[in-house]
Amino acid sequence: MATLGKSISFNSVVLGIFALITASLLAGTYLGTKDRIADAKREVAKRALLEIIPLEQHSNDLLMDTLPVPANFLHTLGLDDEGGDINIAREGDEPIAVIVPAVAPDGYNGDIQLIVGINIDGTLAGVRTISHHETPGLGDKIDLKKSDWILGFNGKSLTNPPPSQWKVKKDKGDFDQFTGATITPRAVVKQVYKTLKYYNEDQERLLKAARKKPAVTHQTSEEANNG
Amino acid sequence: MASTSSREVAHNGLWKNNPALVQLLGLCPLLAVTGSVVNALGLGLATMLVLAGSNTVVSMIRNHVSEAVKIPAFVMIIATFTTCTELLMQAFTYELYTILGIFIPLIVTNCMILGRAEAFACKNPVAISLFDGLMMGGGFGLVLLSIGAIREILGSGTLFADMHLLFGPIAENWTLHLFGEGYGFLIAVLPPGAFLVAGADLDSPARAAPR
Repeated sequence: MATLGKSISFNSVVLGIFALITASLLAGTYLGTKDRIADAKREVAKRALLEIIPLEQHSNDLLMDTLPVPANFLHTLGLDDEGGDINIAREGDEPIAVIVPAVAPDGYNGDIQLIVGINIDGTLAGVRTISHHETPGLGDKIDLKKSDWILGFNGKSLTNPPPSQWKVKKDKGDFDQFTGATITPRAVVKQVYKTLKYYNEDQERLLKAARKKPAVTHQTSEEANNG
Repeated sequence: MASTSSREVAHNGLWKNNPALVQLLGLCPLLAVTGSVVNALGLGLATMLVLAGSNTVVSMIRNHVSEAVKIPAFVMIIATFTTCTELLMQAFTYELYTILGIFIPLIVTNCMILGRAEAFACKNPVAISLFDGLMMGGGFGLVLLSIGAIREILGSGTLFADMHLLFGPIAENWTLHLFGEGYGFLIAVLPPGAFLVAGADLDSPARAAPR
């Protein structure tokens, strides 16, 4: 018995040392790559923002011109306590559209991060998926790289189609689902609808706040960076 | 076993005992991500990196870990290398990482890697184990690459499309359009195409050998 006990404790020590070494290796790689990964993600988000509202349609610096999401709406948008920023697109000083971050919590494989571009008249300027973990080949068609399904939201609004039709076709709604994947598009459609509803409720306050805030142009944000 | 020559190791990994064609290991990623050359190359390189790293470390510790705990120790090593590779790919080739998605973390479950640790690295010195990892990983990568190339040519009529995801802006113009714009043969890029092309290639080393 003594030898068994000895071998158990010896092996545990060996494994423990292993766990320590591998964990510190991982920590090192994580710390070394963390900033670059954040940069890469920001770059993708930036490209997605400019896809929804291209450079020639706005005159401000869309990426830097932001207002925080009001705390009482975080839940509607599926965001956590860290909150999020709404990007504002302007022509001159006048806001023409907002881009709202939203998370569909009920994807087939967890959260689906979206950004939802809404023109100030309440129609959708465009929706993009920022990150998701849906099944490759089935649910990942919400990604513009895989399918242009998500472009189907362009021009839609709270009344077009009517609220009862804001569902996938399988639920007798207006939006296509994909073969073999209903849960994913259902989650996205539901969250886009909720985001439109948020805009409808918060529109007045949001636009007022946007008009009060001076427009961030490319020049001012450059100065800020240099300063 | 110590007498294993590097020539033999290379021949085994790349051809005679090719992990994908002969041992039939790692078929899930093989079928899933070979829709284009760039995807195949990305996953092939990642797998090779993990395999070479895990073989090296497993060989280094082979005399210090007892039989009873060697599998958990190997798994820890493999998981570490996979996660490091995943982080590095996120940092340097983020878009390719999002396309390959779940198949990068799933490298950890590729039986080929634990298989080589068990069958080769834990019985051989460091240098030859590293070489074995490179050759086995290379053999796997070459099969991925050839299936990726065949499916990309048949399916999209292009070769080397989107290579900038892996090599940066210099590769923007590497795309070869073989059959002109607008060509597409969907089944080759969809899963059935993967089965057809992979099936045609399977076991080719044995079939090519003289009987």
